[in-house]
Amino acid sequence: MSQKIKDATIPTIPLGGRIQRWIGRNLIRFYAIFAFTYLFIPVAYTFAFSFNDSGKSNLIWKGFTLGNWQNPCGAPEVCSALGNSIKIGFLATFFSTILGTMIAFAIGRHKFRGRSTSNLLIFLPMATPEIVMGASLLSLFLVFKINPGFWPTVIAHIVFCISFVVVTVKARIASLDPRLEQAAMDLYANEFETFRRVTLPLVAPGIAGAALLAFSLSFDDFIITNFNSGTLTTFPKFIYVSAARGIPAQANVIGSAMFFLALTIVIVGQLVNRRKG
Amino acid sequence: MTKASIEARGDLRLTRLTKSYGDFTAVDDLTLTIPKGSFFALLGPSGCGKTTTLRMIAGLEEPTAGSIHLGETDITTTKPYQRPINTVFQNYALFPHLTIFENIAFGLRRRGQKDVKEAVDKVLNLVELPHLAERKPTQLSGGQQQRIALARAIVNRPALLLLDEPLGALDLKLRRQMQIELKWIQKEVGLTFVHVTHDQEEAMTMADTIAVMNEGQIEQMGSPADLYDNPETAYVANFLGQSNLIKGTISGNDGDSLIVDLYGQKIALPKNRSHAIDNSTYAGIRPEKFRISLLETPVHGNVLTGGRIEDVSYIGVSTQYQVEMPWGQELMVFEQNDDGVAPFNKGDAVNISWAPTFTFALRGDEDVTAGSEVQPEDIDEE
Repeated sequence: MSQKIKDATIPTIPLGGRIQRWIGRNLIRFYAIFAFTYLFIPVAYTFAFSFNDSGKSNLIWKGFTLGNWQNPCGAPEVCSALGNSIKIGFLATFFSTILGTMIAFAIGRHKFRGRSTSNLLIFLPMATPEIVMGASLLSLFLVFKINPGFWPTVIAHIVFCISFVVVTVKARIASLDPRLEQAAMDLYANEFETFRRVTLPLVAPGIAGAALLAFSLSFDDFIITNFNSGTLTTFPKFIYVSAARGIPAQANVIGSAMFFLALTIVIVGQLVNRRKG
Repeated sequence: MTKASIEARGDLRLTRLTKSYGDFTAVDDLTLTIPKGSFFALLGPSGCGKTTTLRMIAGLEEPTAGSIHLGETDITTTKPYQRPINTVFQNYALFPHLTIFENIAFGLRRRGQKDVKEAVDKVLNLVELPHLAERKPTQLSGGQQQRIALARAIVNRPALLLLDEPLGALDLKLRRQMQIELKWIQKEVGLTFVHVTHDQEEAMTMADTIAVMNEGQIEQMGSPADLYDNPETAYVANFLGQSNLIKGTISGNDGDSLIVDLYGQKIALPKNRSHAIDNSTYAGIRPEKFRISLLETPVHGNVLTGGRIEDVSYIGVSTQYQVEMPWGQELMVFEQNDDGVAPFNKGDAVNISWAPTFTFALRGDEDVTAGSEVQPEDIDEE
């Protein structure tokens, strides 16, 4: 009896419908595969050509070698440019993270006159075309009779990194439950201790994220750096200049190494979080 | 610490305490003494000012006017961390980056206590969760978090423990269990508990004294039995359980009793249960105090005749009747199901009777619906 009802009430789906359903279910997978392929082909290319026994120009595959990886500083200037970029990156990250975090707390936590204006002004450097910012910073330095070079570049990088730090840290502060700080105050922690024991540890992941973002922004900035660095060569500048006569395979080595370093940091971070969680 | 913390102990006294936000007065000229060692509940609906009062006691809000004394010490303007007062927050506010052990030790460490292990272990045993010391708060269930929040507060042995809707996030069964546990813990540690809630049953289960708050003021204060059996206002009568309020006129005196005329039928009530200010009054009777009887059955005490049963709801432990009276009002009557059957049917003509001592009398100019439209289940959003 019940079997009969079942047969009668469940209609069979025609073949066309089943195919349609299968496509519908799997379309998102095809799309994802396509998107990731599109994103990672350049990375894969860079990585593959870091093993090219290229000689001068690294455009055509000439055979496999580990030589480039064994001697990454082999090409002239590549490592001094990398050193400059890292130095500038660390300095810009250090200062922009401290200043940006302080601004984020001021805007995120306190009500003062000009708060919304400051909020808007913080966004401005992100919205300004880099070419405009680079050029105007250069003219500013020249007005003050400061020659382009290492320190003007650091200052320029701090300027554009601050905005990103503020936005990142502010988001973290906004998600912080104010009752946690009230609870700390209720449990005999004064203002300073509340900040040190509760607020700061809870905002720390946001600050760390902001610092990583600032470093990567500083490290690969070309346009603003090109205006303000004078004769100083940074890694992006080195690549740009050598593109005219052929980028050495060592650049691919460094690029790939940076990629895997970043990937390792992300994976380790995820694993640590998972173990904590 | 910027200032030495206060070591005051004793009764908590609020004197003419007021808090305004612009035009809105959240707490209005509140004067109140909470005796040391008591379990005190501030009961009221969302927006009645009870949470604001609690936050002012904790030091998280500054009063617009008035003062707060703990024993002989004026703590009105002191910082929250200087007050020997701890709070169990509504959503517990456990520090997510610290272990349960460190959460509980937080207050002790801030006061410079070096060896905290013994005290923390002891309080973890008290709340029966010693095995969770090394977990993080997010790994705990709601009920466990609630107990840890309590442990984190009482480990400091504060002069006063404030509980802000502490059981609001728990399900009904767990809430009932925690009510009993909280009451037991309060007796065990002997601290003064001030408990804020919108749940009248919760307040009545736990508190020695309840203050019913309405629009920033205290409507009535007393023991749960006082408030329930002898409410002074319609608001209290309706907010704590259900009441039948019948319009009447005080028509005479008979020794210790007042005679009240309810639509031509005379009833008596004790003088000390009348809160009327003139002859006009509302006589109040709780639904479970009524007895229903068929017209020919002899009855004692106060009687109202001419009722007709309009509705019968059998709900297991009792049967609830709606009885329409000759003047058009429907009265609620709850009868215990002692004999297991509902003896009255819809349409029966009946008398209603009750003992005069169960009657209370309110002022005749009261709004009889005050407090009844309040949804006790509303989440307090203060």
